[in-house]
Amino acid sequence: MDGPRGPRPRRILSRGNIMLYGTLIVVAIYYLLPLWVMVMTSLKGMPEIRMGNIFAPPVEITFEPWVKAWAEACTGLNCDGLSRGFWNSVRILVPSVALSIAVASVSGYALSMWRFRGSETFFAILLIGAFIPYQVMLYPIVILLREIGLYGSLWGLVIVHTIFGMPINTLLFRNWFAAIPEELFKAARVDGAGFWGIFLRVLVPMSLPIFTVSAIIQVTGIWNDFLFGVVYTTPANYPMTVQLNNIVNSVQGVKEYNVNMAATLLTGLVPLIVYFASGKLFVRGIAAGAVKG
Amino acid sequence: MAVTDQAAASPVRGASAAPLRRPMRLFRNLSAKIATLPMILTATVIFVGCTGWTVVHSFTSSRLLPRLDFVGLDQYDRLWSTPKWYVAIQNLAVFGVLSLIFSLVIGFVLAALLDRKVRGEDVFRTIFLYPFALSFVVTGLVWQWLLNPELGIQGVVRDLGWTSFTFDPLYNRDLVIYGLLIAALWQGTGLVMCIMLAGLRSVDDEIWKAARVDGIPTWKTYTHVIIPMMRPVFVTALVLIASGIVKVYDLVVAMTQGGPGGASEVPAKYVMDAMFGAQNLGQGFAASTMMLLSVVIILIPWAYLEFGGRRRG
Repeated sequence: MDGPRGPRPRRILSRGNIMLYGTLIVVAIYYLLPLWVMVMTSLKGMPEIRMGNIFAPPVEITFEPWVKAWAEACTGLNCDGLSRGFWNSVRILVPSVALSIAVASVSGYALSMWRFRGSETFFAILLIGAFIPYQVMLYPIVILLREIGLYGSLWGLVIVHTIFGMPINTLLFRNWFAAIPEELFKAARVDGAGFWGIFLRVLVPMSLPIFTVSAIIQVTGIWNDFLFGVVYTTPANYPMTVQLNNIVNSVQGVKEYNVNMAATLLTGLVPLIVYFASGKLFVRGIAAGAVKG
Repeated sequence: MAVTDQAAASPVRGASAAPLRRPMRLFRNLSAKIATLPMILTATVIFVGCTGWTVVHSFTSSRLLPRLDFVGLDQYDRLWSTPKWYVAIQNLAVFGVLSLIFSLVIGFVLAALLDRKVRGEDVFRTIFLYPFALSFVVTGLVWQWLLNPELGIQGVVRDLGWTSFTFDPLYNRDLVIYGLLIAALWQGTGLVMCIMLAGLRSVDDEIWKAARVDGIPTWKTYTHVIIPMMRPVFVTALVLIASGIVKVYDLVVAMTQGGPGGASEVPAKYVMDAMFGAQNLGQGFAASTMMLLSVVIILIPWAYLEFGGRRRG
């Protein structure tokens, strides 16, 4: 084992390694602490919270805050809990994700394989537009939506999400389709497939990974949206993030920190599940977004 | 814009057999044009049209409803004589500079640590990045709870016996922006780390070997070789963080609602309050035009560096 050949065996407990792993573990604890505190607080009763330490695990585990956050918490307008916001968010999320991915994938496809005069210009405008602060465009969009009678409705918000998801997702699809071998496209053309035929029968079936990446970006992005939810919907249609903020920051009544934390966790649960389930694909999605802002 | 280029008007691939001239140029490649209509409308009507609309209306006296009676720079005069706007700009500057520096440094250091062939790299990366999946509202509310003076971190340390310990940034006018910074960094550094890690992975192993042969210490290799090589990655991260900073809104609303006493106002919130709270559209338009201007100031040098040098490349 201790022969003279081969690389020098690395000592596991060298000073450098202790420093390295020590730092990483301390930082990891720092990053995990808020999640830990959220979970612990949401499982305690209010008396225990007032007495004790926010980092300590509960002496007596109770799920009542979760039930209350889901079904009874008050927003100042009504007292039927976060469940209303959750279902609103689902009703916003499903059509928004579907529509935005459909539009972005078709645009990306046309931009990579069926360029026409000006298509690159429009695409450049689209990418630059991604940097414009939303506040600049909020009010004119209100007017446009009012003109077509969708202001305050779920579908108005769906359109807004589709619009603002377009730059990043179109870029993603365009780059993906541009990397597909030209022969495939030519062969399909020879076989008589047209614009839609090539897209639906040839490209979509082989592009599952990029659709997944795009879906991850859109699901987390739309679920986490707050600004558009406030501006473009009425209180009855408020998404979960807006309702959560109204519950926690409502000035009436005694602050119930355990209910607040249960509500916060509930709202964060969907993106967290997407994140932990998607693993490397999530990283790929944000990397794709970062490669070319 | 109007480049007379025949090739640009035909499909890029496979259509070389198509006749060069057809009667109706507009209808050539029609499906593609119809299919990209939503994109074209978004680019023109929303990104160009709506932005232009707001800029134009920032020179009017619009209050409850947008009106086209021009008053020159009145709205801007009023904006720059409003104390609340000064606070907002100041906060954005402090928050912006600090979060740029800290997220670049922390992001790079974490990426460099993870790049040292660490065991369980995936676990660490997953932990550092998970806050990025959470919304600013959730982030803000968690940190609001952690920074609660009686029951949060301050309370815990005081209970341990250090009764004079003070850490209540959210209730201190001078410190509130740092409270926001802590939460924002917790949420966003994972993203920077991921970008940096991708950059570090693209560094050729030969460079590390050469540095080792020459006996250059590791930290010196980073500061003198690796970081200069990663300039494009740093610039990308910088632009990404900077354009995110200008938009900061939900975090403030969830964490402090602009308080205490308006000490944590930010421009995005100023715009929202003016447009949807105070029914003062003109002010909102003027303030949002200033936001746009700041983004332009950030972007133009970047675009120049990035694309100016190698046009048509």
